[in-house]
Amino acid sequence: MTLYAGKREALEDAFLDREMPRGKPRSLTRDAMRRLRANKAAVVSLFVLAFIVLAAIFGPFFIPYDYETPDWSAFRAPPSIESGHYFGTDQNGRDLLARTLYGTRISLTVALIATTVSVIVGVLYGATSGFLGGRIDQAMMRFVDVMYALPYILFVILLMVMFGRNVFLLFAAIGLLEWLTMARIVRGQTLSLKEREFIEAARASGVSTFPIILRHIVPNLVGPVVIYATLTVPEIVITESFLSYLGFGVQEPLTSLGTLIAEGTDVLEVMPWLLLFPGAVLVSLLLSLAFIGDGLRDAFDPKDR
Amino acid sequence: MAETLLSVEHLSTIFELPGRTPFSASHELKAVNDVSFDLAKGETLGIVGESGCGKSTLGRSILRLIEPTEGRIVWQGHNLRDLSPRDMRKARRDLSIIFQDPIASLDPRMTVADIIAEPLRVSNPELSRKERRERVQTVMEEVGLAPQMANRYPHEFSGGQAQRIGIARAIVTEPKLIVCDEPVSALDVSIQAQIVSLLKRLKKRLGLTLIFISHDLSVVRLVSDRILVLYLGRIVELGPRREVFANPVHPYTQALLSAAPIPDPKIARQRGRIVIKGDPPSPVNPPSGCVFHTRCPIAREACAETVPPLDPVAPDHRAACLFAEEAMRMAQSGSEPEAQPSR
Repeated sequence: MTLYAGKREALEDAFLDREMPRGKPRSLTRDAMRRLRANKAAVVSLFVLAFIVLAAIFGPFFIPYDYETPDWSAFRAPPSIESGHYFGTDQNGRDLLARTLYGTRISLTVALIATTVSVIVGVLYGATSGFLGGRIDQAMMRFVDVMYALPYILFVILLMVMFGRNVFLLFAAIGLLEWLTMARIVRGQTLSLKEREFIEAARASGVSTFPIILRHIVPNLVGPVVIYATLTVPEIVITESFLSYLGFGVQEPLTSLGTLIAEGTDVLEVMPWLLLFPGAVLVSLLLSLAFIGDGLRDAFDPKDR
Repeated sequence: MAETLLSVEHLSTIFELPGRTPFSASHELKAVNDVSFDLAKGETLGIVGESGCGKSTLGRSILRLIEPTEGRIVWQGHNLRDLSPRDMRKARRDLSIIFQDPIASLDPRMTVADIIAEPLRVSNPELSRKERRERVQTVMEEVGLAPQMANRYPHEFSGGQAQRIGIARAIVTEPKLIVCDEPVSALDVSIQAQIVSLLKRLKKRLGLTLIFISHDLSVVRLVSDRILVLYLGRIVELGPRREVFANPVHPYTQALLSAAPIPDPKIARQRGRIVIKGDPPSPVNPPSGCVFHTRCPIAREACAETVPPLDPVAPDHRAACLFAEEAMRMAQSGSEPEAQPSR
């Protein structure tokens, strides 16, 4: 017997699965990004989006006109290269290119503010509700249901009264309405996440409730949240257009894509460029966001393609 | 025996199941029913039983991962059930658990180093980042993981390696008791042996006390000092390993042992099998009296009426059967499973 002493240990060492994974450590996010890069539609959309965003930020510095000063020599001018009004001018002689760039700026800012607010509130609310469960969950979700049931427009009017004419505050407030769907999605995900064993492992290690939500639940929600957020952005852009059309949103001489389109629609027959250019920007913006959202969904969740 | 580390007294865990409609009465599921045992420092208690008998629920109830409904869990002079959530979290540094599914028990978005360090963050918040890092490296070596693996993510590992990570996390706070909930049943047989011998080595080196839950009798036999047999949430037999394997008293234990596969077909053919019929009854509506009487080969009328107490049949060996002596005779009359030569 003594001959064999230590033999088992030696054999074990020889067969121990000490195999090392090769290459760089692959986090789930890195994996998702790799899959996203393989998606042509999403990559093209990313470039289109980047171009629109950069143009909205830096474009106004490179054109000689601003969005509110009329060009007295060019009223209702169609697009032309010679005059420098590449997108033409409106009834008041204001350069449409400048107005479109400023409008995109406003629309994007507003969408960004509202989306950020809705993501933060929705994720925290949904994750807390789902993780705590029981009566607290019931109460929190019924509150969401009540909010859903209240008419949206009524809220907007109320908020207008509270915030006056401050567009950005108004949209922060719209974000506070938009979080409802996000909270529902996040709650659903949390319900399935919290049954996973690694959450139990964290509880067994003595981690208390809120650190578990922040360290284990929220990071594992990245997939659905990112996807839904990219889909919220176009929703807010459209909401903003709608509100501006009703006269609740951005006011003259400031403008937004929605306002420009609304004004363009009125004069479609005589000055079609006033609708075409802002419309084209809005459509490409929405399409590229939708493709990116789609690509992200496939990238984060390759199983249900 | 050495000092008692943990004593479980009349522990019951009951789940409320809602009725079919909101108006019908709710049902009670007694997953763990009046379980009592003592655990000595340094010993390994194997808990065996078929699927759904409450093994895992018992293990988790002891750690209060599932809240027990009745009974006491006396740990170092305190009843764990009386501790406030805060004190309970503090107590958890001495109590640890290893899970069945090694990959699912690791957060997919955290690196190995972060996963192993997490219990340490809670138990020793005063440690600096560097000290924590060093401690993580030490335990990783201890369980046979290369230090370069620290920055990897769980999905990059095989099941055996992932279980080593789980074990590293379980021992990082230097606990006294570890509940191993089927730690090897999700692994390949070749890897099982490695993990089992790793656990045995760690137990010796760190002076651990283990509760080892498994349905695999050959694994339990390898690691346990004592065996606890569970049926429908009740203890049917509790005794030293040798005793239980050589002289099983309770008819259920006998059947369980005779159902375990034996690698040598010659021996396997010789032994008599005690076959019990049917599935275990539903724990929602357990049989009256002795819960095993519906499937027991020697059941009599009395079995349906009286709940058998867990009575001693030999020193340290207890069984819950009204006709223990007859059961023992049945075992000795040739149908006793041949003991395997110990490895």
